[in-house]
Amino acid sequence: MSQIEYTSVTRVAGPLLFLEGVKDAGYNDLVEITLPNGDTRNGQVLDTSAGLAVVQIFGTTTGLDLPNTRVKFKGETVKLPVSDAMLGRIFNGLGVPRDGGPRIVSSERPDISGGAINPYSRAEPSEFIQSGISSIDLMNTLVRGQKLPIFSGAGLPHNDLVAQIARQAKVLGKEESFAVVFGAMGMTSEEANFFIRDFENTGALERAVLFLNLADEPSMERLITPRMALTTAEYLAFSQDMHVLVILSDMTNYCESLREVSSAREEVPGRRGYPGYMYTDLSSLYERAGRIKGKKGSITQIPILSMPGDDITHPIADLTGYITEGQVVMSRDLHRRGVYPPIDVLPSLSRLMNQGIGKGRTREDHRGVADQLYAAYAQGKDLRSLSAIVGEAALTETDRVYLRLADKFEKEFVTQGKYEDRTIDDDLRIGWGILSALPEGDLKRVKKEFIDRYYKAPSAAKTP
Amino acid sequence: MGIIVKISGPVVEAEQMRDAKMYDVVRVGEEGLIGEVIRLSGPRVTIQVYEDTTGIKPGERVESTGAPLSAELGPGLATSIFDGIQRPLPVIKERVGDIIRRGVSAEALDKKKRWKFVPIAKRGDRVTTGDVVGTVQETASTLHRVLIPQGVAGEIAEISDGSFTVEEPVYAVKGADGTKRLPMMQRWEVRRPRPYAQKLQPEKPLITGQRVIDAFFPIARGGSACIPGPFGSGKTVTQQSLAKWSDADVVVYVGCGERGNEMTEVLTTFPELEDPRNKRPLMERTVLIANTSNMPVAAREASIYTGITIAEYYRDMGYAVALMADSTSRWAEALREISGRLEEMPGEEGYPAYLGRRLAEFYERAGSVITLGREKREGSVSVIGAVSPPGGDISEPVSQNTLRVTRAFWGLDASLASRRHFPSINWLTSYSLYKDVLAGWYAANVSTDFVEMQSKAMLILQQEAELQEIVQLVGPDALPERERAVLDAARMIREDFLQQSAFSEVDAFTSMKKEMLMLRVILSFHDLELKAVESGIPLARVLSLEVRGRIGRMKEIPEDRAGAEISSLQRDTEASFRSLAPEAQLEAVAGKGKA
Repeated sequence: MSQIEYTSVTRVAGPLLFLEGVKDAGYNDLVEITLPNGDTRNGQVLDTSAGLAVVQIFGTTTGLDLPNTRVKFKGETVKLPVSDAMLGRIFNGLGVPRDGGPRIVSSERPDISGGAINPYSRAEPSEFIQSGISSIDLMNTLVRGQKLPIFSGAGLPHNDLVAQIARQAKVLGKEESFAVVFGAMGMTSEEANFFIRDFENTGALERAVLFLNLADEPSMERLITPRMALTTAEYLAFSQDMHVLVILSDMTNYCESLREVSSAREEVPGRRGYPGYMYTDLSSLYERAGRIKGKKGSITQIPILSMPGDDITHPIADLTGYITEGQVVMSRDLHRRGVYPPIDVLPSLSRLMNQGIGKGRTREDHRGVADQLYAAYAQGKDLRSLSAIVGEAALTETDRVYLRLADKFEKEFVTQGKYEDRTIDDDLRIGWGILSALPEGDLKRVKKEFIDRYYKAPSAAKTP
Repeated sequence: MGIIVKISGPVVEAEQMRDAKMYDVVRVGEEGLIGEVIRLSGPRVTIQVYEDTTGIKPGERVESTGAPLSAELGPGLATSIFDGIQRPLPVIKERVGDIIRRGVSAEALDKKKRWKFVPIAKRGDRVTTGDVVGTVQETASTLHRVLIPQGVAGEIAEISDGSFTVEEPVYAVKGADGTKRLPMMQRWEVRRPRPYAQKLQPEKPLITGQRVIDAFFPIARGGSACIPGPFGSGKTVTQQSLAKWSDADVVVYVGCGERGNEMTEVLTTFPELEDPRNKRPLMERTVLIANTSNMPVAAREASIYTGITIAEYYRDMGYAVALMADSTSRWAEALREISGRLEEMPGEEGYPAYLGRRLAEFYERAGSVITLGREKREGSVSVIGAVSPPGGDISEPVSQNTLRVTRAFWGLDASLASRRHFPSINWLTSYSLYKDVLAGWYAANVSTDFVEMQSKAMLILQQEAELQEIVQLVGPDALPERERAVLDAARMIREDFLQQSAFSEVDAFTSMKKEMLMLRVILSFHDLELKAVESGIPLARVLSLEVRGRIGRMKEIPEDRAGAEISSLQRDTEASFRSLAPEAQLEAVAGKGKA
């Protein structure tokens, strides 16, 4: 390890420092920068060639100067000491305690950039997590080891939803050690307090590790925060056999920081100015979820991102959707109409749903009921826009059945209380209640034997 | 030997490497990371590194192996799972644990395993490149033919019988330049297409068992297809269905920059699933290449070349090979990332100007060929590439360049996916240019009127699209009965024929014969429906016929009973229309072949 301090900063641009005459800067190595007033900042080597290094600073560049700023290359990458004493603690975006407690000391100091799990070592995620929310459990089932982001927008109640999931999530018939790791990037202190209070009230705080980078804190830290959170999660899951739920919010802020660095480096921009490697970079976060054969723990990820302008084709949402195993999409339209949680099930998806449902896991008719509800609700919604043009009277009788079904689906199935914890049986019962408005012949997605077992003809269903 | 002077992500520059040639494999740094030379400029050599470069410093050494990136070809490929540069993932796991660490070297084929070699050639036989000298039963499903490698010709001087490792010499060829003793294994540069004698016009379909593909948008053996679609539209499920059920002899599945958990799913389901033809596990005829999104980006770039080289090798044995690449957009992004680091002048959307050329070169390696060698075997490589266009908008460069070189286009549609219409292949935008060349095959092997049925069904779907526009303005009630009958038929085709569940045991695969019967029932129902409506029977009565429910459940009839049950459904359909209007002469209009 080198202890040489360089004072050869030649240029500062945005979050980047350019140094000359550097000999031993390794790519991605950690850097310690001492400001003229004695403050220190950390940074990371982004580019290194003989004699020249580009360093990205975590934190503000205020007070930096060229002649007196000292830079030390630590000869190692960014590492995080991890231990189970982290549970119940609150850290800042760089892993420094912000709750007044002691620093974490541990001989285990993994590199925060992690490594790719060998696909051959992965175990297939197949344990159903009951979140108690119908539009997730029945329609977009979450399983242990999955990464399922929430696509939200400014002003939508994604925080309530995530807090509710964190509160209610359980694997049926099992009592296992469970932990929540929370990584906040650019979150307002109000939102952060909401989560801390909610965790405190439910007693979840002692099973939680929080990394908070607030909205007024340096944006460059945001590139480190999720990696800190995931490194902690990996330790808890794969060394301490815990089932870890990782919540990352808000990924949009993370991507903004990524763009900031990219533009400071004058890289060729991809779509909307985001760097061309954003897919690879995001995957290095999202792929740190899953299960490993022979290990008891698991990492389930729920990243939250707010789609700028509610646009699902925006690069951040788009690239995320291509990496994660589905998405839960929130709808402003439903929110306006007072539906909580305002989950639009149509664009939502859980790719790992099939592994977690069916006989022996949830119930044998789960797949069929979900598909049938999807198809019927989609048809009902189409008819809703049609009837807005031609009037309800111009619809056929069958069409009106579907129209009413869509309303009922939103009011009775999607809508539920913030503290209402529904079981999968509740969900299926409500689901069948809604499907019973349809004639039996229309239930093409459900197997005949399940119809015989659970379906009640329309006339019977009318009496409440 | 060279010295590193610059590191930027996966791109490393070195100096003092006089002996470097383009695309040579090099070992970078103290840990010997694997890389490849991609640019020579004066004293500077630019290298793309297939592993994470964190912590590498200027001044470390680079050593050239003097050879380009090559695949090891020989017994043991089937059932394997490799990363992008053909390192077996199980071996990596054994060496470094569950997390992939860098600097691991692992040879593609097991050098200790002994294979039973059965000679075919005899001493004194004259042989040339591509001839079969012997066989190895690689798995119960795959008979591996050991081929004379490139550049070898002459007379068999000796040949052994027994068990050998892939590296031990098993035969010797006496040629103009002396006698060469050769093992079963050979090497081939991944970026160079393997040679063949002649390319053929594709004329047989690759039967996929997916109704929308086989009946409407077929792909020929040796053809190429592209599946573009936004996320969540079912690209991966479609690709996996094709890998599972297509009637190829060997399947190479390249997971290129995709999800780790999805590869795990392939790894857990393929060994359990049975090949419908020989009841053996599908894994026995499958080679997997998994370079997930968070594995090094340069290896992702190499992965599709590794995949297609293995595919070509099996093609040269005379097999029909299908290669699935999921997703080529991630490959293109890898290209873009490396191009960006090289500070090349970007083309459209930051992709390098040579994107189109590279894609064309890749898809051109598909084809149905006569192989080298005296036997003139026929083999084929069919390539099916998934494309992940940003926002689902296929006007972007990767989709557009792919469309230019592929001949079947299966456009996935997010709105179909959101109503759980799977496979969500949009029937209005998709096309297949193989339809015409395959018409003869359909007539000879499925039914003489199959092509006619195809176009009839497509016409109904076209009409539906037009009628829907009217419905949007005036409501469905305003349509005349006849038009509503067309809407009804279109709905039957969509729901009862095109929709297919990849997760249902029976429905996941449909034979051509069952597909034909299903389509025939629906079309004859429609013919009878039209006649009935014309003769004044209200459509509502037709819609309440009991057979309609049964038509909706045709999918669930197992293959072995399909012939009998669907034929009886056909008869019942006709009978129930007769019962609607006994006076009208509604004899079997469509049932007996042509309408």
